Amino acid sequence: VLALVSARSCPKPIKGEKKKRWPVPLLGELCDSSGVWISTVGRMEIVHVYTKLRSEFGRQCLLSDRPAELLVDVPPDPSLALQFIQKTPRDQALQACRDMSEHQVNTERFESDSCGINHVEGGWPKDVNPQEVEQTIRFRKKVEKDESYINSILQLGSVMEHCIRQNNAVDIYQVYFEEEEEVEEAPDAPSAKTINVFRDPNEVKRTVTGLSWHPDGGRKLAAAYSCLEFQKTSKDMSLDSYIWDIENPNRPEMTLKPASSLICLDYNPKDPHTLVGGCYNGQIAYWDTRRGSQPVEVSSVEQSHRDPVYKIIWLQSKTGTDTFSASTDGQVLWWDVRRLSEPTERLVLDLSREGNLDRALGAISLEFESTMPTKFMVGTEQGVVVSCNRKAKTPAEKIVCTYDSHHGPVYALQRNPFFPKNFLTVGDWTARIWSEDIKESSIMWTRYQMSYLTDACWSPVRPSVFFTVKMDGVLDVWDILFKQNEPTLSLKVCDEALYSLRVQDNGRLVACGSQQGGATLLEISSGLSTLQKNEKSLLAAMFERETKREKILEARQRELRLKERSRSEQSREEDVGREDGEDSPDQLISRAQKDFYSVVETELRRRRDREDQENRVRTH
Amino acid sequence: MAEVEETLKRIQSQKGVQGIIIVNSEGIPIKTTLDNSSTVQYAGLIHQLVMKARSTVRDIDPQNDLTFLRVRSKKNEIMIAPDKDYFLIVIQNPSD
Repeated sequence: VLALVSARSCPKPIKGEKKKRWPVPLLGELCDSSGVWISTVGRMEIVHVYTKLRSEFGRQCLLSDRPAELLVDVPPDPSLALQFIQKTPRDQALQACRDMSEHQVNTERFESDSCGINHVEGGWPKDVNPQEVEQTIRFRKKVEKDESYINSILQLGSVMEHCIRQNNAVDIYQVYFEEEEEVEEAPDAPSAKTINVFRDPNEVKRTVTGLSWHPDGGRKLAAAYSCLEFQKTSKDMSLDSYIWDIENPNRPEMTLKPASSLICLDYNPKDPHTLVGGCYNGQIAYWDTRRGSQPVEVSSVEQSHRDPVYKIIWLQSKTGTDTFSASTDGQVLWWDVRRLSEPTERLVLDLSREGNLDRALGAISLEFESTMPTKFMVGTEQGVVVSCNRKAKTPAEKIVCTYDSHHGPVYALQRNPFFPKNFLTVGDWTARIWSEDIKESSIMWTRYQMSYLTDACWSPVRPSVFFTVKMDGVLDVWDILFKQNEPTLSLKVCDEALYSLRVQDNGRLVACGSQQGGATLLEISSGLSTLQKNEKSLLAAMFERETKREKILEARQRELRLKERSRSEQSREEDVGREDGEDSPDQLISRAQKDFYSVVETELRRRRDREDQENRVRTH
Repeated sequence: MAEVEETLKRIQSQKGVQGIIIVNSEGIPIKTTLDNSSTVQYAGLIHQLVMKARSTVRDIDPQNDLTFLRVRSKKNEIMIAPDKDYFLIVIQNPSD
């Protein structure tokens, strides 16, 4: 018989039941006559008493015997033996040894922090207070009287004297041949080594889509993280971007918290504390690093871009607060960071000069050179580079000319810092160098590479060196004075695609950002980052030569076209050459058909003749 | 007692010697010819260095022991003679 009783009340004997009374502790444990304990936790006031005979708590198992039953009988089938071949003897290897398994373990990244230790005078015995001068003097005097002290000092003294005299006898660091000039070292082979890798601290890794060096000495690197793949952003993807101190790769120095992930950002070259960034949702945000991680001001959503802002650059102005941004919605907007509620100017990249947004080309890169403040260039998704003049009177005149550059989006666009008339574009599988005057084609270009090029920039110290990054994780350094058909140095930085690249102003440090959020910092060998003799003049001569070549080709093309036009005006007959571009598709098809049938017929005829000949030979 | 003084005076009179410190095994400077703050700094830092050097030598070969330690720097040379209970530190500038 079991009974659950309240913890507070004493168990009262229930009528008609004889059971042993056990002491009831506070927790309300109870035991019945057959020795089963039930315990209740907590103090319950409500009482419900169950009574049931123990023997009724479920039936016991009743087992019974029964005879053996045959379930399955499979007799041997000798015919199956024919499918097997007897093979004796058979080699079987056996090794009597302990089973071992191999397991690799990699410890977690150990974060170390440097800090100094303050050595305070210590080691004093408990009874001596180091602050008390008298006590310390007394202690010292006591030690000096010690026998072992005297002995050891005498011994150490003699050893020490030997070394001192040794030092005085010969100066082992004496410099011989001080007046000789230093031998010119042979230029070391081009190389680059990775210094640090700054990894995205978040769980979900985002691509490093934008990088910007701190303008003052380049001790800090700002990196913009976002996920540009369509619909690949997950809810728990962090929106933060970071500023890294290049000495400390463990932790970002500062976090920037925009409302939507940043695609690009730029440090203000005049004021190293301010940054401006373009967001995935089209807004522009302005930060002051002294004021914390939140943007000081964000542009209003209605007036901003309708597509992600792919590039934003600070402009040269008296106030130092102007910037402009470009996005694939076809607009280039100018902003004053003091008032981001609406752009100061707007340009629609419509080549028909009507300002029609539907026909506008999506902008994906922007170029601005402070030595030429009125001109700027935009690289578009359609592979066209548009050169614009900011100071034009009417919006229609803003677009000056276009260069048909690549088969795909122009991902990078930059003027050569030493020769501003020439600029570098990167898109599809090539990198091309252009001269402003030649609009038909680039003056120099690389071979089609094995993977897509995603970003490029000129070296700020050497006019003939530029860097490119590719989707297979390779960083290429091109020195066009040294080798033009392939990169001077090709480095595999990481296994995933590289999306962004920035060279620091001293030309030695290069940062590239990868798809998994790792920004790698590399140092380029001195050969590639110091100006060589006559480099500028050689490069100028090269650019001139290539430009002249293109000009000549362009002139020839023009001549040919004029001749062609005049010829087709004279005669209506089409030439048997391949120069007709005026044929209609039907005429082409009928001509192709005619050619085909004539070829087939001649072949058949030839075969028949050969057969006849052979028959004649055989019958003879 | 007098021999100790004589030894130290002799060492001090050698060319280029800038200072002498005697430190015991706990890092307490017993005798010094430098000012207090430098003494405390040298005593603390060098004590740790000697401990490390000694343990290094003994780790490589337990039968071996550290007999002398010289730290040559651009400006001077610090020489340390370790003993069981004390060490003698001398700072010398040999080119003077």
